[in-house]
This record gives sequence, structure tokens and C-alpha cells, in this order.
Amino acid sequence: MKALFTTLIAVVLALPARAEVDIQEVTSPKGIKAWLVEEPSIPFTALELRFRGGTSLDAPGKRGATNLMTGLIEEGAGDMDARTYARKLESLAASFTYDVGDDTLSISAQFLTENRDEVIDLLRTTILEPRFDQDAVDRVRAQVISGLRSDAKDPNDIAGRSFAAMAYGDHPYASEGKGTIESVSALTRDDIVAAHRGALTRDRLYVGAVGDITPEELGVLLDHLLGDLPETGAPIPGKADLSIPGGVSVVEFDTPQSVALFAQTGIDRDDPEFFAAYILNHIIGGGGFESRLMSEIREKRGLTYGVYSYLVPKDLASLYLGSVASANDRIAEAVEVIRDEWARAATEGVTEKELEDAKTYLTGAYPLRFDGNGQIAGILVGMQMEDLPIDYIATRNDKVNAVTLDEINAFARKFLDPDGLHFTVVGKPVGLETTN
Amino acid sequence: MVRALALAAALFSATPLLAEDSQEAVTTFTLDNGMDVVVVEDHRAPVVQHMLWYRAGSADEPVGSSGVAHFLEHLLFKATDTLEAGELSATVAANGGNDNAFTSYDYTAYYQRVAADRLELMMQMEADRMRNIRLTERDIATERAVILEERNQRTENNPRALFAEQVNAAQYLNHRYGAPIIGWRHEMETLDMEDALSFYRTYYAPNNAILVVTGDVNPDEVKALAEQYYGVIPANPDLPERVRSQEPPQTAERRVTFRDPRVAQPYVQRSYLAPERDAGDQEKAAALYLLAELLGGGTTSYLNEKLQFEDQKVVYTGAFYRGVSLDDTTFDLIVVPAEGVSLQEAEDAMDEALADFIEEGVKQEELDRIKMQLRAALIYARDNVDGIGNRYGQALSSGLTVEDVQAWPDTLQAVTGEDIIAAANEVLRPETSVTGWLMRDQEVTQ
Repeated sequence: MKALFTTLIAVVLALPARAEVDIQEVTSPKGIKAWLVEEPSIPFTALELRFRGGTSLDAPGKRGATNLMTGLIEEGAGDMDARTYARKLESLAASFTYDVGDDTLSISAQFLTENRDEVIDLLRTTILEPRFDQDAVDRVRAQVISGLRSDAKDPNDIAGRSFAAMAYGDHPYASEGKGTIESVSALTRDDIVAAHRGALTRDRLYVGAVGDITPEELGVLLDHLLGDLPETGAPIPGKADLSIPGGVSVVEFDTPQSVALFAQTGIDRDDPEFFAAYILNHIIGGGGFESRLMSEIREKRGLTYGVYSYLVPKDLASLYLGSVASANDRIAEAVEVIRDEWARAATEGVTEKELEDAKTYLTGAYPLRFDGNGQIAGILVGMQMEDLPIDYIATRNDKVNAVTLDEINAFARKFLDPDGLHFTVVGKPVGLETTN
Repeated sequence: MVRALALAAALFSATPLLAEDSQEAVTTFTLDNGMDVVVVEDHRAPVVQHMLWYRAGSADEPVGSSGVAHFLEHLLFKATDTLEAGELSATVAANGGNDNAFTSYDYTAYYQRVAADRLELMMQMEADRMRNIRLTERDIATERAVILEERNQRTENNPRALFAEQVNAAQYLNHRYGAPIIGWRHEMETLDMEDALSFYRTYYAPNNAILVVTGDVNPDEVKALAEQYYGVIPANPDLPERVRSQEPPQTAERRVTFRDPRVAQPYVQRSYLAPERDAGDQEKAAALYLLAELLGGGTTSYLNEKLQFEDQKVVYTGAFYRGVSLDDTTFDLIVVPAEGVSLQEAEDAMDEALADFIEEGVKQEELDRIKMQLRAALIYARDNVDGIGNRYGQALSSGLTVEDVQAWPDTLQAVTGEDIIAAANEVLRPETSVTGWLMRDQEVTQ
């Protein structure tokens, strides 16, 4: 579930129109493309590499292979075993972090200017020559399985898994990318090697860099670091067929507070009406304390600590999701209010004032996204993966401001589906039962 | 192994790594009414973070009212003489900003992140709610329901949090740190208007507050605005001295066994009572900070190498020391046993490793590597001035001074291996410790 939300964040972030952010497109001598913001005031660089594909690349029967492989990249490379490797990395005072979600594998690096070449040598070895020693495979596998056991008793995880299994049919999205205890237990070293070969390839690579580095230096660095990656990898699956029937699913779990995940079909990021959807969601449940859901469910009724909704345009399916948690004897009321709010927004739309307030917030909040080199490097990659133009930043607020009241309300009538909203409730909810 | 160590050492001595100046752009001053101000400049983006920290947290609460500091934090988003309930947050949002607040044992803090040219409006509203909140009984009832749901979400729904709460309560025999920040449920249920207002009138005053402004600002302009909005608020002459009941000598080892059917992964947690960073006296705390790094800070840490790589008895180890605290803090260890390893075996392996660590002494290469990373961290920290601001806010609300914050990096660099072993011998004593086992419902102890 967390992966879903990070995808969303990558999509909606953008740079401040007022900030002096000069994005350069860099093409290395060997043809690797990157977006760069030079920021020499602090002597370090943040480099963000993302590979499209993610855990959806898992081969049939090998669920969890890409995730376990990602956890193993830093467990020894070249002639260094895991411990030698860790010492080497620490001695360089650099940080490499790895993450994988349904659609993307990311490698985020931070390194000082003064030992940049050594760090890049190490990162190159890490990416191209990971060892996947059997003892490391077994050790990290045990950590993943320990996490899976915990997830099985976590109400939020239970809700996410139950919903995904219902919504995505036989698509990879239908099961947890970390795999199951059974599938992860069965993975072999060969499976890990294959997952590595399938995921880290040049044809699906996106690069962002921010910091104390020139375009020329970055070009040379990228060729050395990534020039020897294989050209192409495992096929990315096709789109998912969504199946979200309206109603309620209750998953019995003995805990004092029920967790509810609610969902309907969403909207693709490249849909012409995406900005109408984006503003609409902000008003319904996206905007902190001011959203309709927070106002009705928390501020007026005290039914929850937090209720939120999110647009989740993934590569292979788009959802509109939300979540709320209330004591078992109060969750039914929270669910009822959410349904009512969905219906109200669909039939009555939003007001002129709500639309204007949302626009003021969304356009004014722009500079807040510009929050450190690593953050910006991530934004640069996100923009490339969404196929946005390099000058998108200058036009983004105009797109928000261009949405009219008629447009957003026509869109709300068409998009919001109060009868199609599905609630997956985990706990011992009073007054809620599974519908068909 | 040996080769890598030699390599690391060679690298360290050969390169004058981090010779460069890594000063933070920090300005501090105090207003006439006693309010401390910290300004951290970063002109890379036209953004400001405005934070107000009160030297009042859950450990300052009256007996029987646990959770009132946090309850009041929620209530500060209700009405004042000039703002409707929710209007402050709505105004921040209408200016493209975000706002929130948080409560800890020793402080409560409120913040807004917004375009730099809106700083004055933020100060005006924050100064207003320092003295002028107007609560209704309906606010009290609704918001009390919200904090109870917050406790449900953070604690009641999470066996690890319930367990940690019990371990912590067993650690403190007499100090208020033994009560959870969010409060015990039975006391939260009774919190009322008078509890909230009494805490508010006592502690929310300029002579008990620290203003921290970070981002694209000029210190002189911040000073002028702070004088205009906060400087006119009179100090509270009746602000009580911050005296809390302290721990007696702890002389009995404690054990906590917590069972819950929702536990999927059992583990052992050990906490020791430990000294905190004190003004002008941070050496021992610096040694404990490095002890935590050496024992459990990362892949190459001692416990990880011994227990995960060599013995293969655990899947995770960690060591933690929270030095910024007004009164005695804790040094914490955690070991998560591998499949088929009992909690007793994991605990025994941890204790054996601790004894070996003290016996063997600190390896200079390991210490040098950590110190070098700490120096690098000062450079990376400049990318996040809000983080620098948080560091000052936490420290100043926990009994430390600006000088202590600025001396801390050098204090860490001056720590020797002998200092660390001495601190370990002093702090890692069974009689000041609590050992907790988080267990599945059906598990039996040996």
C-alpha cells in the first residue's frame, strides 16, 4: 500500500514557479539522458536512478524475487562480501538507498564532491556486479519473511492485500510485491540473478541529479556508472482489468480500532481531465484539515484521527483510494458519512469558494516542494517517467488555474461513483457486514 | 575483513576528508520578555518554516491528567478572540502553506511551512493563540474523541506500541517519563476544559517559548517582526520552575512479559536508565551516542556482526540513545530472533555480545569511521535547514543552550574508546534495566 501512495506523491510534486530552478537536459557521450539542476552551494550531489518495471516484473511463480533482489543489491559486490562492502561504503560517507514498488525500482545516492569518483566506482560495482552470495540470500530472505509475518497481523496491510486481491484479478498488482512466505521461501539464487538481469536495464532507466556537479562531469559519470548495463530486460505486463464492486468487505481481526480502505476506479495521469480530478480530490479528502472528509468526520464528529483520499495513477491501473480508522463501534458511522460525502460531491459538486481556495493552496504550495537536493532529484525523475516536458514547471500552475467550476462539477458527476465505492474493513466493526 | 579495515584506515588518513568549513548559518537572540529566537538561513528557495516551541510537554503535566499537553496542542487549532475554529490552518492553506504541531515529553511545538513573504501573517496568528484561545464544551468533547481515536491508531491497534509503553512505565519508578505522551486512556477520558486551560495559562507564555525560523529570511527582519508580534506579550511572572520528581537509585532489575495474539514477530527489548545531555556537560552523553552507533548503528555494528552474521541467531539488532532530554533518558537495545531461536537464547546472545564488546574495547578504525561519517553528516545537514531548526528547538526546550548545540559536533569528535567503555560500564547495569519480551499469545516462557 505504501508503494501506491509514494507513486502518487511522485506524480503530484512539482517545482516552484518562483524558485530559480534551471533544469538542464544532459546526454552523455554514450547516449544516457539525464535531467540536472546544478546547485554548487553545498559540496555534495544527489543522484536518483529509476528503472520502470518494479515488482510487476516478477516471473510467474517467482513472486517476491524482484523485492528480495533489491534488498540484496547492497549485500556484497565485486570482490567484497557483505560486511567488507558495508565497511567500504561507510568509509566513503556516502549513502545508497534502494526501493522497489509495483512499477519502479529506485536507487538514490548521495555523495560528497571530494570523493565522488571513488563513490561512483563503488556504485558501479554494486549495480553491475552484485554477488548474491547464498548466505546473504538466506539472511535477507529471513528478514523479508519476518516482515511478511508482521504484515499478516497488521490491519492496514491486511486491508491492502484483501482489496488488491479483489480488485486486480490475475494481474501482478493483485498480490503483494514482497511475495508470500511460501513464494519467498522457494526462491533460489538463480531467481535473484534473473530478477537483477530483468530489472536493471538501459531501456527503462531515468536519471535525475541535483547538486555540486557540472553537465560534463555528469555525462562522464553516467557513462562509467551505467554504460555497461544490458540494453533491455524482462517484459512489463499489460494493463490491469479493474474489478471494484460497490459495497463492503469485512475482514475479521481482533483489534479495538477498525481500519477501512475505500476505493473506486481512478483516472490516468495523462488524462486531459487529470487536473480537475486532482483539485476535486483535494477538496474531498486530499487537503489536510480543510478537506470535506476531515471536516465532517474528524472536526465535527470526532470519529477519527485522520481520513484521507488519494488519486493513485499507477502505470498499469488507476485507482481512487481513501482510508479511515475508527473504534469498532464507530466505524459504521464513518463509512456512512464518507458515502454521503461521495454522493453529495457527485450530485452538488463543489462551490466556487472551495474551488478558489483549492487553487490558491495548490498553486501557492509549489515552492514547498522544492525541499533539498535529493527531493528535487526525485522530482526530476518523476517528471521524466510521466513524460512531462522539461518546461512543465512553468505551466503547471496555469493548468490548475484553468479548471472552471463547470468543468470540475461536470467531471465530479461523471467520475464519482457513490454506488461503486467499495469499503474493505479490517477489525471487529459493529453494524457492518460483507455485501455481495 | 582485515583488508577492508586496512583500506578504510588508509583512506581516512590519506584524504583530508571534510577539511572544508561546514558552518550552519545560525543567528540567535532573546527578546526583552525572555523569548528565545533562533534563525537559520537558507536562500536557495523562497520558503520559510516558522516554529514555536514551548518548554512544556507531557512530563510537565499535573498528576492524574496524563495527555493534557497533547490534548491542548489539538485545542490550539480551535477559536481565539480573532480567529474562528480551524481558521488558522485554513489561512495557512489559503496562502499555499502547511501547518501542524507535535508534543513530546519535554516540549510542544507548532509550525507552518509557507512562502517566505507570508512570515508576518504566521507570526501574527501564532502570537494570537499564545494567549487568546476561546474553547467551547463542544470543542472539548469532540477533540477528546479525536485524541482517543489517535491513541487507538497509534497504540491500542499496535502490540509493539502497547509493549513499549509497559517497558517504559517499568523503567521509570518516580519520573513522569513513565507515562505515555498521548496519555493513559483512563485519564484521557476524564480530561476537561479546566485541565486544558490550566496547562495553557501556566505554560504558554513568551518567557517559556522558543521561536525557530528557518529558510529564506534575514535575521534582522525576523527580529523586527518577532519584537512586533511576540515582544509585546508580557512574560508570565508565575511561570513555575521546571522541577520534576526524579528517579531514586534503581536497584532492582525488572522484567516485562507482554503477550498479544496480534504479535507476529516476537523480540527482546532492553532499556537502561541513562544520563542525558546536560548544559555544559555533554561528554558522557557523547560517549553514549557513539556507543549506540558502535553497538547497533548499521550493518557493520558490533551486535549486528556478532548476532546476525556470525551466530546467525537474530534477523535484526538495534541500539538507540536519545540524548536530548531534560531529565534521565534511556539507552535501548533490541534483538529480533531468527526463526527457531527462542527469546531466551536471543537475550543470552545479546548479553554475551555486550560483555565481549566491553572486554575487547573499542576498535579505533570503527570509531574513526563513525566520526568521519558524523563530519560528513554536517555537510548533508545543510541541505535541510528545517532539520537544523528542529535540532535547536528540541535542545533549547530540553535544558540545553545554543552553545551546547554548537559544541556537540566537536564533543563527539573528542570522545575516545576509553570514554565509550567507561560509559558502557556505568550505564549497562542490570539493576537499572528493564528487559521486555514481546510474545505471541500462546508462547510459553522457559
